[in-house]
Formats: sequence, C-alpha cells, structure tokens
Amino acid sequence: MSVKLPYVEYEAPATIAEAVDLLAEHQDEASVLAGGQSLIPLLALRLARPAVLIDINRVGELSGVSVTDGRVAIGAMTREYAAEESETVAGSVPLLAAALPLVGHEAIRSRGTIGGSMAHADPAAELPAVARALDAEFVVRSRSGDRVVPAAEWFEGYLATSRRDDEILVEVRFPAAGPDTGVAFQEVARRHGDFAIVGLAASLTLTDGAISDARLAFAGIADVPVRAADAEDLLAGERPSAELFEEAARRATADIDPPADLNGSPEYRKKVAATLVRRALRAAADNAYERQ
Amino acid sequence: MDITVRVNGAARTGSVEARKTLADFLRDDLDLTGTHIGCEHGVCGACTVIVDGRAVRSCLMLAVQAAGSEVTTIEGLAPDGTLGALQQAMWDSHSFQCGFCTPGFVMQASAFLTAHPDAGEQEIREALSGNICRCTGYQSIIDGVLLAAQRNREIQGSREA
Repeated sequence: MSVKLPYVEYEAPATIAEAVDLLAEHQDEASVLAGGQSLIPLLALRLARPAVLIDINRVGELSGVSVTDGRVAIGAMTREYAAEESETVAGSVPLLAAALPLVGHEAIRSRGTIGGSMAHADPAAELPAVARALDAEFVVRSRSGDRVVPAAEWFEGYLATSRRDDEILVEVRFPAAGPDTGVAFQEVARRHGDFAIVGLAASLTLTDGAISDARLAFAGIADVPVRAADAEDLLAGERPSAELFEEAARRATADIDPPADLNGSPEYRKKVAATLVRRALRAAADNAYERQ
Repeated sequence: MDITVRVNGAARTGSVEARKTLADFLRDDLDLTGTHIGCEHGVCGACTVIVDGRAVRSCLMLAVQAAGSEVTTIEGLAPDGTLGALQQAMWDSHSFQCGFCTPGFVMQASAFLTAHPDAGEQEIREALSGNICRCTGYQSIIDGVLLAAQRNREIQGSREA
C-alpha cells in the first residue's frame, strides 16, 4: 500500500474559534491546510514536515465575498474559481479578477484559495502582487483577538509572512475600485498557468484625463512582491502617453535586481519587466477609458 | 479514519490514514487504477478526477477531504463499457500519445465541456494546458475535444428542433 506523504496528525475544525484553539496548542508544529495546492506538494517533497495539519476546509465561515465601507472582504478559504466567478470581484476588484485566470490551471483553482496563496507567499505568484499593488489588508485572528496587517508588512520574504504561529488568516480586504480605474495583469510564463518568470499588476485611476493614482507591483523579481514607487511617482498627475510609459518602464526597472534561475537570467528578467510595464500601463489606460 | 465517498454513483467506504491522497485511495483501496499517478505533486495532471462537479488533482487532495463528496473517475465515464461522447470523439480523432496522461486529459476535458459547451479551440487549449505531459504534439487531443463539443451541440440542436 503506497503512501506518499509523511506521517502527520490531522485536525479538521468546524469553526474559526476551534482552529484558533488548535493553533494556540500546536503553534509552529502545525500547518494550516487550505486548498492544499502548495502545501500538499511541499509535504510530498518533504520540504514541509508539520506534526499536525489543521484542515480548515470545513470552516464554512471562512468562505465568501462581502462588501463593507468601500472594501471588498474575501474570506481566506474562498476558492480561486469562486472569486473568479464572483460578480462583486469582477466589478469592484477588477485587478484581482484580471489576475485570477492566470493562477495555475483550472483544476488548481478548483481547490486553491485566496487566503492560501497569500499565506504561502510565493513571490512569483499573481495574487500577492495584486494585494501589494492595491494595499490590501490581511485580517488575522488569534486567542488575543484580531490584528489587521497592511500588505506592505505582510510579505516578509520567500514563503514568509508576518502571520504569527498562533494566528489564522481570516480574510483579505481590498479597496473597491471606482469607475475611473483601469487595470491590467501581465506576465511572461513558460506555459499558460505556470508561475510567472516576471508578472506585473497595474492599476491606473484617471481624473479629468490625468493619472490621479498609479499602482505597479511586480511578481517574480525578488523574494517578495515589489512596488515600483519611483515609476508611480512619475506617473501621478501626468496624462497617459507612450513616452510617459517608456520613462515609467525605465524608472520601474532601474534599481531592481531580479534572481537568476533556469527560467531566466537577471538581465533577461529586467528586460521582460520593462516590457511588461509598457504593456500593462497601456492596457490599464485602455481599460480605464473602456470603463468610463 | 473511516470515510464514505460517493464514487461513480456508488457509496464507497474505507479506513484511511489522514496522509493518504485521494489518488492513492482510488487506486489502492477501491482498485480504480484508471486514475494515473505521474508526478505526485500537482504538476502533470494525470490524476485529474471530478469532485463535486469540478476537475481537481487527486494527488493534491486528501482522501479524508473527499468524505461526503461525489467523485467521478475515468471508470465512471463508461460504466457499462460503452464509451461516452467525449471518449468516442477522442477515439475517432486518435487523441493519444503514449496514453499515460490520457485519463487526466479526458477528465479535465469532460469537466470543462460540461461547464463550457460552446468552447472554442483557444479556450480548450487553455483548459487543457495543465495536463500537458511530455510527449509533445497535442493537436489530436484538441481535435478530439473540439469534435466532442461539436457533436454535443448537434445532439442538443436536434433535441431542441
């Protein structure tokens, strides 16, 4: 009888409160199992060896999309396909809607979750870049109560977040986009659905024809998703043009130092990153005109 | 842990360790060896089955997580030995390479065509992109799925006429 995964204890709480109690008990000996599309491979490859799996798939209160005070709250266990099909996400968080079809493959999104991708924090993944671009907020819960962590402080390093061992990610809150905001998620990957060699989340808000808010966040160029602050500053207050986007691409990539791996050298990634900035800004501007 | 899963329409029970994947449960405990195991970490798609109407990687789901769910495997597409419409179209188009990845392709295509009966070539290519194995040359597989979609629409059209 074949068994692939290492031995592990298993708990399947029915409520967030039960999950929090289990985390308080097991701390860093436990791994939270959401969609399992990253954690199960880590177990199979023996890269993760938790003593206990806390399976939150039966915690119904962790799933769903709701709108409060101009923010769209997405429960951590909300499956990626469900977010992809959500009219609220499509209408109010269009950048997330643009990124979701690029996450893994259809069968991966059947199980994979919004919270799982954010908590796994792969720097090449699409959803962390979206969260970083939009300054999403992460709501975590422990026995001490709730804590709200801004995206800028959530991603700490490769597969590392500021979630503490006794905390569970409950929901991710995104600001709702207005009708003047255009978005694009662009990436270069070896196959459709693969992790991006470089990816870029872009959002432009136009007021009276000028850019009033510009947001750019890269995936795949560092150990965390990275905002292109210099380029954003350049864009603010300007009218969209090819020359402006060319200069934004130069500024966005002037100081990046992407990693080398079998998918590409640092120089290649830098070139791809600049191309993506030009393409994504043009696409986001076109999208803004369409939405107006 | 004792579990009950509906597999291909019948309630099946088993006693499994938490760490047993759904793929291993189907193959080892239920002898449904049509579900193939390739990479065992979610990359190849050979183990794709349908759980509660959606295609999933059975190597990335624990058997205990399938308790109470409805699972369809490749065996469930031809329960009495007669090929289903998708299988027949893939047979007619010779939608095969070495054959190892075929059950995964068929299950993924089956779930996709049910949800998207009007899908065109580009959408089918994207839907099947997670099953690309290593033989290369996928045109006949795309042709087979397109043929199945076309035949399904014709049957639907003649019913409505």
